[in-house]
Amino acid sequence: MADTAAWHTHLDRLEAESIRILRETVAEARRPVLLYSIGKDSSVLLHLLLKAFHPGRPPLPLLHVDTTWKFREMIAFRDQRARETGVELIVHINQDGVARGVGPITHGASVHTEVMKTQSLRQALAAHGFDAAIGGARRDEDPARAKERVFSLRGAGQRWEPRKQRPEPWGLFNTRLAADETLRVFPLSDWTELDVWLYIRRENIPVVPLYFADMRPVIERNGALLVYDDDRMPLNEGETPVPRKVRFRTLGCWPLTAAVESDAANLDEIISEMLATRLSERAGRIIDLDPADSMERKKREGYF
Amino acid sequence: MAAVTQVPAETIADRLHALENRDTLRIAICGSVDDGKSTLLGRLLAEAGMIPEDRLQQMVRDSRKHGTQGGAPDYALLLDGLEAEREQGITIDVAWRYFGTAKRAFIVADCPGHAQYTRNMASGASNAELGIVLVDARAGVQTQTRRHVAILSMFGVKRVLFAVNKLDLIDYDVARYAAIEQECAELARSLSIAHSDTIPVSALNADNLVEPSPRTPWYVGPSLLGFLENVPVERRGQTAFAMPVQWVSRPDQHFRGYAGSIASGHVAAGNEVIVLPSGQRSRVARVIGGSSDLAQAQADQAVTLTLSDAIDVARGDVVADVAQPPQIAAQFACHVLWLDDAPLLPGRRYLFKLATRTLGAQVTEIKHRIDPDTQARLAATRLSANEIGYCNLSLDADIAYEPYARNRTLGGFILIDRESNATVGCGTLDFGLRRDSNVHWQHLDVDRAARARIKGQQPRCLWFTGLSGAGKSTIANLVERRLHADGFHTITLDGDNIRHGLNRDLGFTDADRVENIRRVAEVAKLMLDAGLIVLVSFISPFRAERHMARALFNQGEFLEVFVDAPLEICEQRDVKGLYAKARAGDIANFTGIGSPYEPPESPEVHLHSGNEAAAESAKRVIEALGL
Ligand SMILES: Nc1nc2c(ncn2[C@@H]2O[C@H](COP(=O)(O)OP(=O)(O)O)[C@@H](O)[C@H]2O)c(=O)[nH]1
Repeated sequence: MADTAAWHTHLDRLEAESIRILRETVAEARRPVLLYSIGKDSSVLLHLLLKAFHPGRPPLPLLHVDTTWKFREMIAFRDQRARETGVELIVHINQDGVARGVGPITHGASVHTEVMKTQSLRQALAAHGFDAAIGGARRDEDPARAKERVFSLRGAGQRWEPRKQRPEPWGLFNTRLAADETLRVFPLSDWTELDVWLYIRRENIPVVPLYFADMRPVIERNGALLVYDDDRMPLNEGETPVPRKVRFRTLGCWPLTAAVESDAANLDEIISEMLATRLSERAGRIIDLDPADSMERKKREGYF
Repeated sequence: MAAVTQVPAETIADRLHALENRDTLRIAICGSVDDGKSTLLGRLLAEAGMIPEDRLQQMVRDSRKHGTQGGAPDYALLLDGLEAEREQGITIDVAWRYFGTAKRAFIVADCPGHAQYTRNMASGASNAELGIVLVDARAGVQTQTRRHVAILSMFGVKRVLFAVNKLDLIDYDVARYAAIEQECAELARSLSIAHSDTIPVSALNADNLVEPSPRTPWYVGPSLLGFLENVPVERRGQTAFAMPVQWVSRPDQHFRGYAGSIASGHVAAGNEVIVLPSGQRSRVARVIGGSSDLAQAQADQAVTLTLSDAIDVARGDVVADVAQPPQIAAQFACHVLWLDDAPLLPGRRYLFKLATRTLGAQVTEIKHRIDPDTQARLAATRLSANEIGYCNLSLDADIAYEPYARNRTLGGFILIDRESNATVGCGTLDFGLRRDSNVHWQHLDVDRAARARIKGQQPRCLWFTGLSGAGKSTIANLVERRLHADGFHTITLDGDNIRHGLNRDLGFTDADRVENIRRVAEVAKLMLDAGLIVLVSFISPFRAERHMARALFNQGEFLEVFVDAPLEICEQRDVKGLYAKARAGDIANFTGIGSPYEPPESPEVHLHSGNEAAAESAKRVIEALGL
């Protein structure tokens, strides 16, 4: 029997509230799904999902929208976690985009993300008839998310409609939907990046090894450190991947995600480094260096 | 996170241990436009080292372009939403901010200030453990300040911190600050805020935000951050166990569990529980939390319970302590805050959601609307957006609930429009209107606790003793009026009146005096059993009689209030002309003249009514009641 005398730390309360949100989604949605993007937030979500429905198995599948440009280590990790947990995993690739050869290098970050991620996600949700998609986004990631609801209403075509968002006093979620509407659900809304890492540490949650510093083949481009994962990306003149000790604070498509130089090789070191460096998490997401308001636009287009 | 790094000579392990074990404070911050709320929050976060370097630099760059500080850093920009927000018309939404120190993590609901945004405060205030209200030092308490505190009060926020900002603009004038502090305390008291504090700050100069400021040597309290780190947080563990069932877990034929988040109290295997509203009873077999069995679980924890009997339990039911279950009703008196642009119309059908239960409902009557600025009751036939009404609500079926003042989860609800699916209103249950005589209530004894619970109060006997003319009746009357206005159920037993009825057979011999007090004490006890707050106003000069009265009650229920005015003053006042008569020898055994008054040795409340205003005395009695 576990001791609960000390229950009531910040992490305890965050965990309990997230579990409540997960259960509420499953209790009220017709066909819910969990958007599993393989990163640390998804790892936490999956862990919470298992807890929420223990001793049963989570009564909903995971969906990974594969842009085909994820790090190979991410894909291996994804498949391993699905096997270990026994939760159903649906992988969706926008075949139309593949046929057109869409990628970040040939088409640029915006087009690639729009076609292989945003459109792809819309396809998958529509094809399976999912009415509630659970995601790992947090409000602290960006000021543009500070007003996002936990249950976020999406209109036709998954569009985010700012004026239709519903107040959520006492965490009472209104999940009623019209025919073409769906919900995005964010159980980690109140978590910060620090909370996520402290919780991963406390609960011993497996994460992709890319978060830990290691020697990796790195090229430097426009001041950003890119880990060279396969030979689809043509090297510019004078560029050769050189081994450097780096890690990632956030994971995405490898040509779009910058690494940071670091010696942090375990969770304690990652957290200490985070407390000391004070750069925002998204500084490493090259896609955000697109024109201002890009977060906002992507949200409306259904990226989240 | 500089507050974390400042702690000297600690190891990584220590630091992580502290972070892992910190607790949470949920804050709702509100202020009128331009009181400096954004500047204050931005500055607090920056001073405490919680804004990432790249964002700080961005703010400094943006300040040159469109700051309000003539190019100097404008900390409000750290929080400002994007241009797009303005186009979308959501600048008025609550914005959520997160920060923390090694001691505590803070979840801040940053609420918009305008009068027409009252509805936007609802989400922020509903879960807040502390309200911070900005006050402009030049203006002091404003109408808007009053409204913000009123809404915090309606949503059950028991603790309010007034941040008196822009102190630089009043030259750190202590006298001016003291006057505002006084205004704030009075405001909080008038709106039943149990705990209020005031801090002098200048967001612009970072005075008293993180460190005590040298510019306010006269202020000895904590800095804002210090206050936030140390203010006590109320827990919901003290009350009886109740858990709304959120999800029935049936992974296979062998397992049937009820998943939910605990709304109040503790639960452990073996506890006897009742399922409401059906009234079936069982015992808790297992308490499962996460992936292991727990010895016990407490309020806010998300668990799965199994019961030892195969009974029918569904989502929306409430599993509760059999000894003190929530109440059951289908009709309620409640407050409603209207959120939608189309008005609330009595008789229209909506969906009602409370905890995990959703069912049909209609507001049958709007009793009155409440002016958010003055609390005055206004006549109303409909409620428009941002208006608060006191209403009768009728549900399609019984639900288990608690008055909101006792439990936010089991007393807070939303209303949903059936056509648009929008969340159009939210509200707080006050009490059940008609109690259907459901079978399951018959096996529950209706006892004193049950009667008190339905009234939502702790029964008490306030025994006012003192000389004739000391002010007993006046003070008792003020106390009763105040309690009544706050929704408490009371009765006053007054010496003169009782002698005209129940005790008209009694005279003033010693034996009759004892019998007089005995009867009154017994009546008071019966009324206490009925769940009332009883105010007894009798001279009751003898200690022995008062001891006898006290002995009839349980510990803590009897409060002796000594209304202590010197004989000379009472005699001067001589409202009823009795002292004159006694001096003239027309009344024998008159207390203070022909018969002694034995002052209480250790009264719960000692009022010096000779030199204290009756209203002030009444306030102290209310405080002593601790309701
Ligand atoms: N002198 C002075 N000005 C302040 C202070 N705090 C805020 N202000 C100014 O008051 C104005 C409104 O501030 P802002 O934070 O935007 O107010 P909000 O509407 O409450 O968020 C701005 O011009 C601020 O620079 C202060 O402590 N002293």
